Amino acid sequence: MPEASSTNLASTADFDRRDLDWYIDKVVQLIVFFAGISAIIFIIGIFVFITMEGLGFLFEDFTFKEFFLSPFWEPSDEDAPEYGILALIAGTASVTGLAMIVAIPFSLGAAIYIGEFATGKVRETLKVLVELLAAIPSVVWGFIGLSIMNPLIIDLFDVPVGLNVLNAGIILGLMAAPIMTSIAEDALKAVPDRYREAAEALGATRWQVIFKTVLPAAKNGLLGAVLLGVGRGFGETMAVLMATGHAVNIPGSLFDPVRALTATIAAELGETAVGSPHYQALFTIGIFLFIITFLINLTADLIVRGIRKG
Amino acid sequence: MFAESDLNARNKRVQGLFRMLFLMMTILLIVPVAIILFTLVSKGGSVISIDFLFTNPTDGMTAGGIFPALLGTVWIVAVALLASVPLGVAAAIYLNEYAGDNWFTRLIQLAIINLAGVPSIVHALFGVGAFVIFFGFGTSILAASLTLAIMTLPIVIVSTRESLRAVPQAFREACWNMGATRWQTIRRIVLPNAISGILTGVILEVSRTAGETAPIMFTGAAFFLPFLPQGVFDQTMAMSLHLFVVATQVPGVPEELPFGVALVLIAMVLIMNSISIAFRMYLRGKKKW
Repeated sequence: MPEASSTNLASTADFDRRDLDWYIDKVVQLIVFFAGISAIIFIIGIFVFITMEGLGFLFEDFTFKEFFLSPFWEPSDEDAPEYGILALIAGTASVTGLAMIVAIPFSLGAAIYIGEFATGKVRETLKVLVELLAAIPSVVWGFIGLSIMNPLIIDLFDVPVGLNVLNAGIILGLMAAPIMTSIAEDALKAVPDRYREAAEALGATRWQVIFKTVLPAAKNGLLGAVLLGVGRGFGETMAVLMATGHAVNIPGSLFDPVRALTATIAAELGETAVGSPHYQALFTIGIFLFIITFLINLTADLIVRGIRKG
Repeated sequence: MFAESDLNARNKRVQGLFRMLFLMMTILLIVPVAIILFTLVSKGGSVISIDFLFTNPTDGMTAGGIFPALLGTVWIVAVALLASVPLGVAAAIYLNEYAGDNWFTRLIQLAIINLAGVPSIVHALFGVGAFVIFFGFGTSILAASLTLAIMTLPIVIVSTRESLRAVPQAFREACWNMGATRWQTIRRIVLPNAISGILTGVILEVSRTAGETAPIMFTGAAFFLPFLPQGVFDQTMAMSLHLFVVATQVPGVPEELPFGVALVLIAMVLIMNSISIAFRMYLRGKKKW
Protein backbone atom coordinates (compact mmCIF):
# COMPACT_ATOMS: atom_id res chain seq x y z
CA MET A 1 0.00 0.00 0.00
CA PRO A 2 1.29 3.52 -0.81
CA GLU A 3 -0.10 4.71 2.57
CA ALA A 4 2.38 2.64 4.55
CA SER A 5 5.49 3.81 2.75
CA SER A 6 4.49 7.47 2.93
CA THR A 7 3.95 7.36 6.71
CA ASN A 8 7.44 5.93 6.97
CA LEU A 9 8.92 8.84 5.09
CA ALA A 10 6.73 11.36 6.87
CA SER A 11 8.41 10.55 10.19
CA THR A 12 11.17 12.93 9.14
CA ALA A 13 9.48 16.19 8.22
CA ASP A 14 11.98 16.90 5.43
CA PHE A 15 10.77 13.98 3.39
CA ASP A 16 7.06 14.68 3.72
CA ARG A 17 5.77 14.36 0.17
CA ARG A 18 2.27 15.50 1.05
CA ASP A 19 2.45 18.63 -1.10
CA LEU A 20 -0.16 19.76 -3.61
CA ASP A 21 1.02 17.20 -6.19
CA TRP A 22 0.60 14.40 -3.67
CA TYR A 23 -3.02 15.39 -3.05
CA ILE A 24 -3.70 15.79 -6.77
CA ASP A 25 -2.31 12.31 -7.27
CA LYS A 26 -4.68 10.86 -4.67
CA VAL A 27 -7.70 12.68 -6.16
CA VAL A 28 -6.85 11.50 -9.68
CA GLN A 29 -6.43 7.95 -8.43
CA LEU A 30 -9.93 8.12 -6.97
CA ILE A 31 -11.39 9.58 -10.19
CA VAL A 32 -9.87 6.97 -12.49
CA PHE A 33 -10.94 4.25 -10.09
CA PHE A 34 -14.57 5.33 -10.42
CA ALA A 35 -14.18 5.58 -14.19
CA GLY A 36 -12.70 2.08 -14.10
CA ILE A 37 -15.68 0.56 -12.32
CA SER A 38 -18.15 2.52 -14.48
CA ALA A 39 -18.50 -0.43 -16.86
CA ILE A 40 -19.71 -2.60 -13.96
CA ILE A 41 -22.07 0.16 -12.82
CA PHE A 42 -23.51 0.50 -16.33
CA ILE A 43 -24.07 -3.24 -16.76
CA ILE A 44 -25.87 -3.38 -13.42
CA GLY A 45 -27.69 -0.15 -14.32
CA ILE A 46 -28.91 -1.58 -17.62
CA PHE A 47 -30.27 -4.66 -15.87
CA VAL A 48 -31.88 -2.65 -13.06
CA PHE A 49 -33.55 -0.08 -15.31
CA ILE A 50 -35.00 -2.50 -17.85
CA THR A 51 -36.17 -4.75 -15.03
CA MET A 52 -37.78 -1.78 -13.28
CA GLU A 53 -39.73 -0.85 -16.41
CA GLY A 54 -40.76 -4.45 -17.08
CA LEU A 55 -41.54 -5.37 -13.47
CA GLY A 56 -45.27 -4.61 -13.57
CA PHE A 57 -45.75 -7.09 -16.41
CA LEU A 58 -43.64 -9.74 -14.72
CA PHE A 59 -45.86 -9.62 -11.65
CA GLU A 60 -49.28 -9.26 -13.29
CA ASP A 61 -49.75 -10.53 -16.84
CA PHE A 62 -46.69 -12.73 -17.09
CA THR A 63 -47.04 -16.47 -17.04
CA PHE A 64 -44.06 -18.57 -17.95
CA LYS A 65 -46.16 -20.91 -20.05
CA GLU A 66 -47.78 -18.23 -22.16
CA PHE A 67 -44.67 -16.08 -22.55
CA PHE A 68 -42.30 -18.79 -23.73
CA LEU A 69 -44.65 -21.38 -25.22
CA SER A 70 -47.42 -19.45 -26.95
CA PRO A 71 -46.78 -18.60 -30.60
CA PHE A 72 -49.27 -15.71 -30.45
CA TRP A 73 -47.94 -12.22 -29.99
CA GLU A 74 -51.09 -10.11 -29.94
CA PRO A 75 -50.45 -7.40 -27.38
CA SER A 76 -52.88 -4.89 -28.86
CA ASP A 77 -55.90 -7.23 -28.83
CA GLU A 78 -58.29 -5.32 -26.55
CA ASP A 79 -60.26 -8.26 -25.13
CA ALA A 80 -57.61 -10.87 -24.63
CA PRO A 81 -54.09 -9.67 -25.36
CA GLU A 82 -51.57 -12.51 -25.73
CA TYR A 83 -47.89 -12.19 -24.99
CA GLY A 84 -46.25 -15.28 -26.44
CA ILE A 85 -42.72 -14.92 -27.77
CA LEU A 86 -42.27 -18.45 -29.12
CA ALA A 87 -42.73 -17.31 -32.73
CA LEU A 88 -40.36 -14.39 -32.14
CA ILE A 89 -37.74 -16.73 -30.69
CA ALA A 90 -38.23 -19.00 -33.72
CA GLY A 91 -37.79 -15.97 -35.97
CA THR A 92 -34.57 -14.87 -34.28
CA ALA A 93 -33.24 -18.43 -34.14
CA SER A 94 -33.96 -19.24 -37.80
CA VAL A 95 -32.37 -16.02 -39.07
CA THR A 96 -29.35 -16.30 -36.77
CA GLY A 97 -28.98 -20.00 -37.62
CA LEU A 98 -28.96 -19.38 -41.36
CA ALA A 99 -26.60 -16.43 -40.88
CA MET A 100 -24.15 -18.70 -39.05
CA ILE A 101 -24.37 -21.37 -41.78
CA VAL A 102 -23.41 -18.64 -44.24
CA ALA A 103 -20.85 -16.87 -42.09
CA ILE A 104 -18.94 -19.60 -40.21
CA PRO A 105 -17.25 -21.41 -43.15
CA PHE A 106 -16.45 -18.20 -44.99
CA SER A 107 -15.14 -16.28 -42.02
CA LEU A 108 -13.02 -19.19 -40.76
CA GLY A 109 -11.72 -19.80 -44.30
CA ALA A 110 -10.93 -16.12 -44.75
CA ALA A 111 -9.24 -15.98 -41.34
CA ILE A 112 -7.05 -18.97 -42.26
CA TYR A 113 -6.14 -17.43 -45.61
CA ILE A 114 -5.37 -14.00 -44.15
CA GLY A 115 -3.59 -15.35 -41.09
CA GLU A 116 -1.69 -18.34 -42.49
CA PHE A 117 -1.32 -18.03 -46.27
CA ALA A 118 -1.33 -14.35 -47.23
CA THR A 119 1.80 -12.29 -46.69
CA GLY A 120 2.93 -8.69 -46.94
CA LYS A 121 0.78 -6.22 -48.85
CA VAL A 122 -1.96 -8.73 -49.74
CA ARG A 123 -2.45 -9.55 -46.10
CA GLU A 124 -2.55 -5.89 -45.02
CA THR A 125 -5.04 -5.03 -47.77
CA LEU A 126 -7.34 -7.92 -46.91
CA LYS A 127 -7.24 -7.02 -43.22
CA VAL A 128 -8.18 -3.41 -43.98
CA LEU A 129 -11.00 -4.54 -46.28
CA VAL A 130 -12.41 -6.85 -43.63
CA GLU A 131 -12.24 -4.06 -41.06
CA LEU A 132 -14.09 -1.68 -43.39
CA LEU A 133 -16.78 -4.30 -44.09
CA ALA A 134 -17.34 -4.63 -40.35
CA ALA A 135 -17.97 -0.89 -40.11
CA ILE A 136 -21.02 -0.73 -42.39
CA PRO A 137 -23.96 0.36 -40.17
CA SER A 138 -26.78 -2.12 -39.61
CA VAL A 139 -29.45 0.24 -40.96
CA VAL A 140 -27.56 0.29 -44.27
CA TRP A 141 -27.55 -3.53 -44.28
CA GLY A 142 -31.28 -3.46 -43.65
CA PHE A 143 -31.73 -1.10 -46.54
CA ILE A 144 -29.66 -3.40 -48.76
CA GLY A 145 -31.95 -6.29 -47.79
CA LEU A 146 -34.98 -4.20 -48.59
CA SER A 147 -33.91 -2.64 -51.86
CA ILE A 148 -31.31 -4.98 -53.42
CA MET A 149 -31.81 -8.49 -51.98
CA ASN A 150 -35.62 -8.32 -52.02
CA PRO A 151 -36.07 -7.93 -55.82
CA LEU A 152 -33.16 -10.34 -56.36
CA ILE A 153 -34.85 -13.11 -54.34
CA ILE A 154 -38.20 -12.49 -56.06
CA ASP A 155 -36.51 -12.85 -59.47
CA LEU A 156 -34.30 -15.83 -58.65
CA PHE A 157 -36.77 -18.02 -56.77
CA ASP A 158 -40.03 -16.81 -58.27
CA VAL A 159 -41.65 -16.02 -54.90
CA PRO A 160 -44.14 -13.16 -54.31
CA VAL A 161 -42.18 -11.45 -51.50
CA GLY A 162 -38.44 -11.43 -50.97
CA LEU A 163 -38.41 -10.30 -47.34
CA ASN A 164 -37.97 -13.58 -45.46
CA VAL A 165 -35.65 -15.87 -43.52
CA LEU A 166 -33.37 -16.27 -46.55
CA ASN A 167 -32.95 -12.53 -47.09
CA ALA A 168 -32.33 -11.66 -43.44
CA GLY A 169 -30.09 -14.71 -42.93
CA ILE A 170 -27.81 -13.76 -45.82
CA ILE A 171 -27.72 -10.10 -44.77
CA LEU A 172 -26.94 -11.05 -41.18
CA GLY A 173 -24.31 -13.54 -42.37
CA LEU A 174 -22.58 -10.88 -44.46
CA MET A 175 -22.71 -8.56 -41.44
CA ALA A 176 -21.33 -11.04 -38.93
CA ALA A 177 -18.65 -12.56 -41.18
CA PRO A 178 -16.10 -9.69 -41.09
CA ILE A 179 -16.29 -9.48 -37.29
CA MET A 180 -15.91 -13.23 -36.92
CA THR A 181 -13.04 -13.15 -39.42
CA SER A 182 -11.03 -10.64 -37.43
CA ILE A 183 -11.66 -12.36 -34.08
CA ALA A 184 -10.79 -15.75 -35.60
CA GLU A 185 -7.66 -14.29 -37.14
CA ASP A 186 -6.65 -12.97 -33.71
CA ALA A 187 -7.15 -16.46 -32.34
CA LEU A 188 -4.84 -17.92 -35.03
CA LYS A 189 -2.29 -15.20 -34.32
CA ALA A 190 -2.33 -16.15 -30.63
CA VAL A 191 -0.87 -19.58 -31.51
CA PRO A 192 2.87 -19.26 -30.85
CA ASP A 193 5.12 -19.37 -33.92
CA ARG A 194 7.29 -22.05 -32.33
CA TYR A 195 4.37 -24.53 -32.78
CA ARG A 196 4.46 -23.86 -36.52
CA GLU A 197 8.25 -24.00 -36.64
CA ALA A 198 8.34 -27.30 -34.77
CA ALA A 199 5.80 -28.84 -37.15
CA GLU A 200 7.64 -27.53 -40.21
CA ALA A 201 10.91 -28.88 -38.86
CA LEU A 202 9.28 -32.32 -38.81
CA GLY A 203 8.61 -31.96 -42.53
CA ALA A 204 4.95 -30.93 -42.44
CA THR A 205 3.62 -28.91 -45.35
CA ARG A 206 1.82 -25.64 -44.77
CA TRP A 207 -1.66 -27.17 -44.78
CA GLN A 208 -0.53 -29.97 -42.48
CA VAL A 209 0.82 -27.35 -40.11
CA ILE A 210 -2.54 -25.55 -40.23
CA PHE A 211 -4.76 -28.61 -39.85
CA LYS A 212 -2.73 -30.64 -37.40
CA THR A 213 -1.12 -27.91 -35.31
CA VAL A 214 -2.57 -24.42 -35.64
CA LEU A 215 -6.29 -25.22 -35.76
CA PRO A 216 -6.26 -27.61 -32.77
CA ALA A 217 -4.26 -25.07 -30.78
CA ALA A 218 -6.60 -22.22 -31.74
CA LYS A 219 -9.76 -24.31 -31.26
CA ASN A 220 -11.07 -22.41 -28.25
CA GLY A 221 -10.37 -19.01 -29.72
CA LEU A 222 -12.20 -19.97 -32.90
CA LEU A 223 -15.14 -21.27 -30.90
CA GLY A 224 -15.17 -17.95 -29.05
CA ALA A 225 -15.26 -16.12 -32.38
CA VAL A 226 -18.24 -18.20 -33.51
CA LEU A 227 -20.07 -17.57 -30.22
CA LEU A 228 -19.51 -13.82 -30.47
CA GLY A 229 -20.90 -14.01 -34.02
CA VAL A 230 -24.00 -15.79 -32.68
CA GLY A 231 -24.39 -13.11 -30.00
CA ARG A 232 -24.09 -10.43 -32.61
CA GLY A 233 -26.71 -12.05 -34.84
CA PHE A 234 -29.02 -12.57 -31.91
CA GLY A 235 -28.89 -8.92 -30.90
CA GLU A 236 -28.97 -7.34 -34.34
CA THR A 237 -31.97 -5.05 -34.67
CA MET A 238 -32.30 -2.73 -37.67
CA ALA A 239 -31.19 -5.20 -40.35
CA VAL A 240 -33.61 -7.92 -39.22
CA LEU A 241 -36.39 -5.38 -38.75
CA MET A 242 -36.09 -4.35 -42.39
CA ALA A 243 -35.22 -7.66 -44.08
CA THR A 244 -37.31 -10.34 -42.34
CA GLY A 245 -40.76 -9.24 -43.50
CA HIS A 246 -41.75 -8.68 -39.87
CA ALA A 247 -44.63 -11.15 -39.65
CA VAL A 248 -45.23 -13.16 -36.44
CA ASN A 249 -44.76 -16.64 -37.78
CA ILE A 250 -42.99 -19.91 -37.00
CA PRO A 251 -41.13 -20.42 -40.27
CA GLY A 252 -41.70 -23.60 -42.28
CA SER A 253 -39.35 -22.71 -45.13
CA LEU A 254 -36.61 -20.29 -46.08
CA PHE A 255 -39.16 -18.17 -47.92
CA ASP A 256 -41.43 -17.53 -44.94
CA PRO A 257 -41.39 -14.08 -43.42
CA VAL A 258 -40.58 -14.03 -39.70
CA ARG A 259 -40.22 -11.51 -36.92
CA ALA A 260 -37.29 -11.22 -34.51
CA LEU A 261 -37.31 -10.42 -30.78
CA THR A 262 -35.20 -7.31 -31.23
CA ALA A 263 -37.23 -6.04 -34.17
CA THR A 264 -40.46 -6.39 -32.20
CA ILE A 265 -39.16 -4.01 -29.56
CA ALA A 266 -37.91 -1.57 -32.18
CA ALA A 267 -41.18 -1.59 -34.11
CA GLU A 268 -43.61 -1.38 -31.20
CA LEU A 269 -41.98 0.63 -28.42
CA GLY A 270 -42.84 3.93 -30.11
CA GLU A 271 -46.55 3.12 -30.29
CA THR A 272 -47.13 1.99 -26.70
CA ALA A 273 -48.06 4.14 -23.73
CA VAL A 274 -45.39 4.29 -21.01
CA GLY A 275 -46.34 1.86 -18.23
CA SER A 276 -48.97 -0.09 -20.20
CA PRO A 277 -48.79 -3.90 -20.13
CA HIS A 278 -47.66 -3.92 -23.77
CA TYR A 279 -44.83 -1.48 -22.97
CA GLN A 280 -43.80 -3.56 -19.97
CA ALA A 281 -43.96 -6.77 -22.04
CA LEU A 282 -41.49 -5.22 -24.51
CA PHE A 283 -39.11 -4.49 -21.63
CA THR A 284 -39.54 -8.09 -20.47
CA ILE A 285 -38.34 -9.20 -23.92
CA GLY A 286 -35.42 -6.83 -23.31
CA ILE A 287 -34.60 -8.61 -20.03
CA PHE A 288 -34.67 -11.95 -21.87
CA LEU A 289 -32.34 -10.60 -24.61
CA PHE A 290 -30.00 -9.15 -21.98
CA ILE A 291 -29.74 -12.44 -20.10
CA ILE A 292 -29.18 -14.52 -23.24
CA THR A 293 -26.47 -12.26 -24.67
CA PHE A 294 -24.87 -12.01 -21.22
CA LEU A 295 -24.64 -15.81 -21.08
CA ILE A 296 -23.28 -16.03 -24.64
CA ASN A 297 -20.59 -13.42 -23.93
CA LEU A 298 -19.70 -15.01 -20.61
CA THR A 299 -19.32 -18.44 -22.23
CA ALA A 300 -17.21 -17.02 -25.06
CA ASP A 301 -14.99 -15.25 -22.53
CA LEU A 302 -14.56 -18.38 -20.39
CA ILE A 303 -13.72 -20.52 -23.44
CA VAL A 304 -11.15 -18.06 -24.77
CA ARG A 305 -9.66 -17.55 -21.31
CA GLY A 306 -9.46 -21.31 -20.87
CA ILE A 307 -6.92 -21.61 -23.66
CA ARG A 308 -4.72 -18.84 -22.26
CA LYS A 309 -4.38 -20.67 -18.97
CA GLY A 310 -3.96 -24.15 -20.43
CA MET B 1 18.89 -32.12 -54.75
CA PHE B 2 16.46 -34.69 -53.46
CA ALA B 3 14.17 -36.31 -55.94
CA GLU B 4 10.55 -35.46 -55.29
CA SER B 5 8.68 -38.45 -53.90
CA ASP B 6 5.06 -39.27 -54.66
CA LEU B 7 4.06 -38.32 -51.13
CA ASN B 8 5.77 -35.00 -51.50
CA ALA B 9 4.02 -34.23 -54.76
CA ARG B 10 0.64 -35.19 -53.33
CA ASN B 11 1.18 -33.01 -50.29
CA LYS B 12 2.00 -30.10 -52.53
CA ARG B 13 -1.14 -30.63 -54.59
CA VAL B 14 -3.31 -30.81 -51.46
CA GLN B 15 -1.67 -27.68 -50.13
CA GLY B 16 -2.33 -25.82 -53.37
CA LEU B 17 -5.93 -26.99 -53.30
CA PHE B 18 -6.54 -25.73 -49.77
CA ARG B 19 -4.82 -22.47 -50.50
CA MET B 20 -7.17 -21.93 -53.45
CA LEU B 21 -10.19 -22.92 -51.35
CA PHE B 22 -9.42 -20.43 -48.60
CA LEU B 23 -8.60 -17.73 -51.12
CA MET B 24 -11.97 -18.31 -52.77
CA MET B 25 -13.70 -18.02 -49.40
CA THR B 26 -11.97 -14.73 -48.70
CA ILE B 27 -12.94 -13.42 -52.12
CA LEU B 28 -16.53 -14.60 -51.69
CA LEU B 29 -16.64 -12.70 -48.43
CA ILE B 30 -15.54 -9.44 -50.01
CA VAL B 31 -16.95 -9.52 -53.54
CA PRO B 32 -20.69 -9.50 -52.72
CA VAL B 33 -20.19 -6.47 -50.53
CA ALA B 34 -18.20 -4.78 -53.27
CA ILE B 35 -21.06 -5.43 -55.70
CA ILE B 36 -23.56 -4.07 -53.17
CA LEU B 37 -21.50 -0.92 -52.63
CA PHE B 38 -21.20 -0.47 -56.38
CA THR B 39 -25.00 -0.72 -56.70
CA LEU B 40 -25.43 1.85 -53.94
CA VAL B 41 -23.10 4.25 -55.72
CA SER B 42 -24.63 3.74 -59.16
CA LYS B 43 -28.20 4.17 -57.90
CA GLY B 44 -27.64 6.88 -55.30
CA GLY B 45 -24.82 8.83 -56.89
CA SER B 46 -27.12 10.90 -59.08
CA VAL B 47 -29.00 12.26 -56.04
CA ILE B 48 -25.97 13.61 -54.28
CA SER B 49 -25.11 17.25 -54.74
CA ILE B 50 -24.17 20.21 -52.57
CA ASP B 51 -27.87 21.12 -52.49
CA PHE B 52 -28.81 17.62 -51.31
CA LEU B 53 -26.42 17.90 -48.37
CA PHE B 54 -27.37 21.43 -47.33
CA THR B 55 -31.12 21.85 -47.83
CA ASN B 56 -34.15 20.70 -45.84
CA PRO B 57 -36.33 17.77 -46.89
CA THR B 58 -39.49 18.98 -48.65
CA ASP B 59 -42.84 17.57 -49.82
CA GLY B 60 -43.30 15.20 -46.87
CA MET B 61 -39.67 14.03 -47.15
CA THR B 62 -40.10 12.82 -50.74
CA ALA B 63 -37.84 15.54 -52.11
CA GLY B 64 -35.22 18.03 -51.01
CA GLY B 65 -32.07 17.43 -48.99
CA ILE B 66 -30.86 15.92 -45.74
CA PHE B 67 -29.34 18.88 -43.93
CA PRO B 68 -31.27 18.54 -40.60
CA ALA B 69 -30.37 14.85 -40.38
CA LEU B 70 -26.72 15.52 -41.17
CA LEU B 71 -26.51 18.29 -38.57
CA GLY B 72 -28.40 16.15 -36.05
CA THR B 73 -25.90 13.32 -36.41
CA VAL B 74 -23.07 15.80 -35.81
CA TRP B 75 -24.84 16.98 -32.63
CA ILE B 76 -25.46 13.46 -31.34
CA VAL B 77 -21.90 12.29 -32.07
CA ALA B 78 -20.34 15.40 -30.51
CA VAL B 79 -22.30 15.15 -27.26
CA ALA B 80 -21.72 11.39 -27.06
CA LEU B 81 -17.96 11.93 -27.45
CA LEU B 82 -17.93 14.62 -24.74
CA ALA B 83 -19.32 12.02 -22.34
CA SER B 84 -17.56 8.84 -23.41
CA VAL B 85 -14.03 9.96 -24.29
CA PRO B 86 -13.05 11.39 -20.85
CA LEU B 87 -14.76 8.50 -19.07
CA GLY B 88 -13.29 5.85 -21.37
CA VAL B 89 -9.76 7.26 -21.25
CA ALA B 90 -9.92 7.51 -17.43
CA ALA B 91 -11.19 3.93 -17.22
CA ALA B 92 -8.36 2.75 -19.46
CA ILE B 93 -5.84 4.64 -17.33
CA TYR B 94 -7.18 2.88 -14.26
CA LEU B 95 -7.05 -0.54 -15.93
CA ASN B 96 -3.57 -0.13 -17.37
CA GLU B 97 -1.79 2.05 -14.80
CA TYR B 98 -3.41 1.26 -11.47
CA ALA B 99 -5.33 -2.03 -11.47
CA GLY B 100 -3.56 -5.22 -10.50
CA ASP B 101 -4.03 -8.58 -12.19
CA ASN B 102 -6.80 -9.90 -9.94
CA TRP B 103 -10.43 -11.02 -9.91
CA PHE B 104 -11.71 -7.47 -9.60
CA THR B 105 -9.95 -6.36 -12.78
CA ARG B 106 -11.25 -9.44 -14.55
CA LEU B 107 -14.76 -8.51 -13.40
CA ILE B 108 -14.34 -5.05 -14.95
CA GLN B 109 -13.11 -6.64 -18.17
CA LEU B 110 -16.09 -8.95 -18.24
CA ALA B 111 -18.39 -5.95 -17.77
CA ILE B 112 -16.68 -4.16 -20.68
CA ILE B 113 -17.08 -7.20 -22.95
CA ASN B 114 -20.74 -7.43 -22.02
CA LEU B 115 -21.33 -3.73 -22.50
CA ALA B 116 -20.10 -4.22 -26.06
CA GLY B 117 -22.16 -7.38 -26.50
CA VAL B 118 -25.55 -6.23 -25.19
CA PRO B 119 -27.92 -5.80 -28.18
CA SER B 120 -28.32 -2.20 -29.31
CA ILE B 121 -32.08 -2.36 -28.74
CA VAL B 122 -31.48 -3.27 -25.09
CA HIS B 123 -29.26 -0.20 -24.81
CA ALA B 124 -32.22 1.70 -26.25
CA LEU B 125 -34.53 0.30 -23.56
CA PHE B 126 -32.01 1.32 -20.93
CA GLY B 127 -31.82 4.81 -22.44
CA VAL B 128 -35.60 5.13 -22.29
CA GLY B 129 -35.83 3.83 -18.72
CA ALA B 130 -32.84 5.74 -17.35
CA PHE B 131 -32.30 8.96 -19.29
CA VAL B 132 -35.69 9.73 -20.84
CA ILE B 133 -37.88 8.78 -17.85
CA PHE B 134 -35.84 8.42 -14.64
CA PHE B 135 -33.48 11.38 -15.08
CA GLY B 136 -36.21 13.34 -16.87
CA PHE B 137 -34.19 14.41 -19.92
CA GLY B 138 -37.16 13.55 -22.15
CA THR B 139 -36.53 12.47 -25.73
CA SER B 140 -33.57 14.72 -26.41
CA ILE B 141 -30.11 14.85 -27.92
CA LEU B 142 -28.73 14.47 -24.39
CA ALA B 143 -30.61 11.21 -23.73
CA ALA B 144 -29.71 9.78 -27.15
CA SER B 145 -26.05 10.77 -26.86
CA LEU B 146 -25.65 9.37 -23.35
CA THR B 147 -27.21 6.07 -24.48
CA LEU B 148 -24.76 5.90 -27.38
CA ALA B 149 -21.88 6.98 -25.13
CA ILE B 150 -22.42 4.00 -22.82
CA MET B 151 -22.81 1.67 -25.78
CA THR B 152 -19.57 2.78 -27.44
CA LEU B 153 -17.59 3.16 -24.20
CA PRO B 154 -15.88 -0.25 -24.71
CA ILE B 155 -14.37 0.96 -28.01
CA VAL B 156 -12.64 3.89 -26.28
CA ILE B 157 -11.55 1.83 -23.30
CA VAL B 158 -10.09 -1.03 -25.34
CA SER B 159 -8.24 1.13 -27.88
CA THR B 160 -6.92 3.54 -25.23
CA ARG B 161 -5.76 0.68 -23.08
CA GLU B 162 -3.92 -0.84 -26.02
CA SER B 163 -2.06 2.39 -26.76
CA LEU B 164 -1.21 2.89 -23.07
CA ARG B 165 0.16 -0.64 -22.96
CA ALA B 166 2.39 0.15 -25.94
CA VAL B 167 4.28 2.80 -23.93
CA PRO B 168 7.38 1.01 -22.58
CA GLN B 169 7.47 0.45 -18.82
CA ALA B 170 11.00 1.92 -18.72
CA PHE B 171 9.55 5.35 -19.59
CA ARG B 172 7.40 5.23 -16.44
CA GLU B 173 10.20 3.93 -14.23
CA ALA B 174 12.56 6.68 -15.39
CA CYS B 175 9.95 9.24 -14.50
CA TRP B 176 9.19 7.75 -11.07
CA ASN B 177 12.89 7.78 -10.31
CA MET B 178 12.90 11.53 -10.85
CA GLY B 179 10.42 11.76 -7.98
CA ALA B 180 7.30 12.28 -10.05
CA THR B 181 3.97 11.09 -8.70
CA ARG B 182 1.96 8.51 -10.59
CA TRP B 183 -0.36 11.15 -12.06
CA GLN B 184 2.55 13.39 -13.11
CA THR B 185 4.06 10.42 -14.89
CA ILE B 186 0.80 9.60 -16.62
CA ARG B 187 0.11 13.17 -17.67
CA ARG B 188 3.59 14.13 -18.85
CA ILE B 189 5.01 10.83 -20.12
CA VAL B 190 2.39 8.14 -20.71
CA LEU B 191 -0.46 10.16 -22.24
CA PRO B 192 1.68 12.24 -24.65
CA ASN B 193 3.24 9.03 -25.94
CA ALA B 194 -0.14 7.33 -26.32
CA ILE B 195 -2.25 10.24 -27.57
CA SER B 196 -2.20 9.35 -31.25
CA GLY B 197 -3.25 5.78 -30.52
CA ILE B 198 -6.09 7.09 -28.38
CA LEU B 199 -7.15 9.34 -31.23
CA THR B 200 -7.49 6.44 -33.69
CA GLY B 201 -9.85 4.78 -31.22
CA VAL B 202 -11.88 7.98 -30.91
CA ILE B 203 -12.25 8.26 -34.70
CA LEU B 204 -13.44 4.65 -34.75
CA GLU B 205 -16.00 5.51 -32.10
CA VAL B 206 -17.23 8.47 -34.16
CA SER B 207 -17.90 6.15 -37.07
CA ARG B 208 -19.75 3.66 -34.90
CA THR B 209 -21.83 6.32 -33.15
CA ALA B 210 -22.85 7.95 -36.42
CA GLY B 211 -24.20 4.70 -37.86
CA GLU B 212 -26.26 3.45 -34.90
CA THR B 213 -30.03 3.60 -35.25
CA ALA B 214 -31.85 1.50 -32.67
CA PRO B 215 -30.45 3.24 -29.56
CA ILE B 216 -31.55 6.71 -30.73
CA MET B 217 -34.98 5.80 -32.14
CA PHE B 218 -36.79 6.26 -28.84
CA THR B 219 -34.34 8.41 -26.92
CA GLY B 220 -33.88 11.52 -29.04
CA ALA B 221 -34.06 11.10 -32.79
CA ALA B 222 -37.25 12.17 -34.56
CA PHE B 223 -38.72 11.08 -37.90
CA PHE B 224 -39.14 14.62 -39.10
CA LEU B 225 -38.62 18.02 -37.50
CA PRO B 226 -39.32 21.31 -39.20
CA PHE B 227 -36.58 23.08 -37.24
CA LEU B 228 -32.94 22.53 -36.33
CA PRO B 229 -31.95 21.62 -32.74
CA GLN B 230 -31.00 24.61 -30.58
CA GLY B 231 -29.53 22.74 -27.62
CA VAL B 232 -29.03 19.35 -26.01
CA PHE B 233 -32.60 19.17 -24.70
CA ASP B 234 -34.12 19.36 -28.19
CA GLN B 235 -34.97 16.41 -30.36
CA THR B 236 -33.22 16.10 -33.67
CA MET B 237 -33.28 14.21 -36.93
CA ALA B 238 -30.36 11.84 -37.59
CA MET B 239 -28.85 10.29 -40.73
CA SER B 240 -29.27 6.67 -39.68
CA LEU B 241 -32.90 7.03 -38.63
CA HIS B 242 -33.60 9.18 -41.69
CA LEU B 243 -32.49 6.30 -43.91
CA PHE B 244 -34.85 3.94 -42.06
CA VAL B 245 -37.70 6.44 -42.36
CA VAL B 246 -37.36 7.24 -46.06
CA ALA B 247 -36.79 3.55 -46.85
CA THR B 248 -39.76 2.13 -44.95
CA GLN B 249 -42.10 4.69 -43.43
CA VAL B 250 -42.78 7.36 -46.05
CA PRO B 251 -44.98 6.54 -49.06
CA GLY B 252 -44.13 7.91 -52.50
CA VAL B 253 -40.40 8.39 -52.04
CA PRO B 254 -38.58 8.36 -55.40
CA GLU B 255 -36.47 5.23 -55.69
CA GLU B 256 -33.08 6.97 -55.76
CA LEU B 257 -33.60 9.11 -52.65
CA PRO B 258 -32.97 6.42 -49.99
CA PHE B 259 -29.98 5.21 -52.03
CA GLY B 260 -28.59 8.73 -51.82
CA VAL B 261 -29.13 8.85 -48.04
CA ALA B 262 -27.54 5.41 -47.62
CA LEU B 263 -24.59 6.48 -49.73
CA VAL B 264 -23.95 9.61 -47.63
CA LEU B 265 -24.22 7.59 -44.40
CA ILE B 266 -21.92 4.83 -45.57
CA ALA B 267 -19.44 7.37 -46.97
CA MET B 268 -19.34 9.16 -43.60
CA VAL B 269 -18.67 5.92 -41.76
CA LEU B 270 -16.13 4.48 -44.18
CA ILE B 271 -14.20 7.75 -44.48
CA MET B 272 -13.90 7.99 -40.68
CA ASN B 273 -12.74 4.38 -40.54
CA SER B 274 -10.22 4.84 -43.33
CA ILE B 275 -8.77 7.89 -41.57
CA SER B 276 -8.44 5.83 -38.42
CA ILE B 277 -6.75 2.95 -40.24
CA ALA B 278 -4.39 5.24 -42.20
CA PHE B 279 -3.48 7.05 -39.00
CA ARG B 280 -2.72 3.75 -37.28
CA MET B 281 -0.47 2.59 -40.12
CA TYR B 282 1.35 5.94 -40.20
CA LEU B 283 1.97 5.66 -36.45
CA ARG B 284 3.23 2.11 -36.70
CA GLY B 285 5.77 3.20 -39.28
CA LYS B 286 6.88 6.12 -37.15
CA LYS B 287 7.31 4.41 -33.80
CA LYS B 288 10.66 5.22 -32.23
CA TRP B 289 10.94 2.41 -29.70
